[in-house]
Amino acid sequence: MIAEIIFGAVIIAGFLVGLRLLQSPRTALWGNRLGACSMVVGIIYALIAFEVAADPVFWLFILFGLALGLLLGGKVKMIQMPQAVALLNGSGGAASAFVAVGTVLLSVETGNWWFFLPAALALAIGTLTFFGSIVAAGKLQNWVAQQPVQLPGHRSILMLLLILGVVLVAFSSTGQGALFGQLWPFTLLVFALYGIFMALRVGGADMPVLISLLNAFSGMAAAVTGLAVQHLILVGAGALVGVAGLILTGIMCRAMNRNLKNVLGGFKAAHVTAGGTDSATAGVSKEVANHSGKSMAEEELLEKPAAEEKVETVFPGLTEKLNREQRPGEETSALALSPTETAAEILGKAEKVIIVPGYGMAVAQAQQQVKELVDYLESQGTETIMAIHPVAGRMPGHMNVLLAEVGIDYDKLWEMEQANQQFPEADAVLVVGACDVVNPAANSAEDTPIYGMPILEVDQASRVIVCNLDDQPGYSGVPNTLYQQEHVVAIWGDAKDNIENLYILLKSAR
Amino acid sequence: MLLLLLTVLIISALLGYWVISKVPSLLHTPLMSGMNALSGVTILGAIAIFALVPREYIVLAGIALVLAMVNVAGGFYVTERMLRMFRKKHPEQLEKE
Repeated sequence: MIAEIIFGAVIIAGFLVGLRLLQSPRTALWGNRLGACSMVVGIIYALIAFEVAADPVFWLFILFGLALGLLLGGKVKMIQMPQAVALLNGSGGAASAFVAVGTVLLSVETGNWWFFLPAALALAIGTLTFFGSIVAAGKLQNWVAQQPVQLPGHRSILMLLLILGVVLVAFSSTGQGALFGQLWPFTLLVFALYGIFMALRVGGADMPVLISLLNAFSGMAAAVTGLAVQHLILVGAGALVGVAGLILTGIMCRAMNRNLKNVLGGFKAAHVTAGGTDSATAGVSKEVANHSGKSMAEEELLEKPAAEEKVETVFPGLTEKLNREQRPGEETSALALSPTETAAEILGKAEKVIIVPGYGMAVAQAQQQVKELVDYLESQGTETIMAIHPVAGRMPGHMNVLLAEVGIDYDKLWEMEQANQQFPEADAVLVVGACDVVNPAANSAEDTPIYGMPILEVDQASRVIVCNLDDQPGYSGVPNTLYQQEHVVAIWGDAKDNIENLYILLKSAR
Repeated sequence: MLLLLLTVLIISALLGYWVISKVPSLLHTPLMSGMNALSGVTILGAIAIFALVPREYIVLAGIALVLAMVNVAGGFYVTERMLRMFRKKHPEQLEKE
């Protein structure tokens, strides 16, 4: 008994030290390996303790799971990481539910409420995690509509299911397990529905919150399973995962200016229309923005072919452009230059450039082009850093992974707080596929859902180049006031092509 | 025993909070996928179930084993892949590319 406790403590300590190593990118790899080793040691101990190592059927299941896991883990692309994590969360949650129910139903244990209550909770949370994760992964993979799905009476349905679920869990834990045996299919059904309905109403950009929350749930499921089967390591490790998930959920909510209730409640849509109709000022400003947006779009339509032509003809005849630039008096003729040319000029002169990548960059698959641009700027002696908003991407820290994938050094990836101190000193900021997180309206427009949201203050820089798909509002639905500012140059269209053009122009100009 | 388990729960949660809140947002995705792998710890429970259930229900316990194993293997492997990208590149290596 004592030996078992000490063993459990050592394994949990192994997980903790692994986590400690995850605090720095230099040691993180070993942190993960230490965690994996601790897990393997724990599994080997369990094999010996329960004498299953000689059973070929056991190995069949284990090896099948191992192969499936490695296949999934090896195949997934970095941009698909959120759905991969969601799926893995789901499988962990489902496994916990299986273990808890299996303990009660199959191994014929007798116990009192503090055995059946955790078991019922494990079933509930595990089921919820599994079905919620499946929907979340489906949304991220575009199998299910990304938009928040709002059924009539959605909130009441959720409320009803939750109350029903709590009642079922409470009853399951009484009656020496007899009730558990009868009620568990209903508990399963209710929490499966709850998981589905909860995840359905969460929209695309709110995914980081949902994924973090499901992560926390999978940990909690493991922890309560541990309470039910009285397993030290399950409780300890489950608690760690639960806490990690909750911390990340909190960070994500704060960074998006949402509270958990709003995200899970799908209140976003209501909020935006309220901003448009209830408050006259917000309505007016929105209308104005829409008008300018329209005219901008029209201009874009007119200008686009012309701009493209210009870019193409510019490559051979670039000397001509250089001459033009050198001629005094012509410098102010920025109007004559296409946005891409203006941008290239700004970047060429800049000594300090900050790049702000958003999920749009990842959608356009423009990471490689951005990396080329960064390398080029660096080679020219231009100080270049990337400013990463906490919610850039579809899960916490997602953008960092996408940039690390193309080989951008992590020293260049700056967090929001540090980056915000740098913007006033920057000669140029290049926004690629980011909208809400750079919208100055978050600081000023009180009636909008993004008011008070921490943003990257790109408008503080001398010049700003925006490389977005179009001038439409981002996920929040709030028009971006940045686009109308005078020191901003916008290049609309596919970020991949535009960054490439920018790079070519810049390169040939020197 | 219950008391011991609850103590472990609380101590782990506190220590976890202390350690995890210091992980930089740079590494939040690997943190999450690593934690994800950790939630597959329920495999230890699955092994116990597998050993204890009557033989005719072995497939149910097997499903739990497979699910937990997918979670563990996939989680750690994916984290390993990600963290490898975060290693600092040596200058020579950069030139080669």
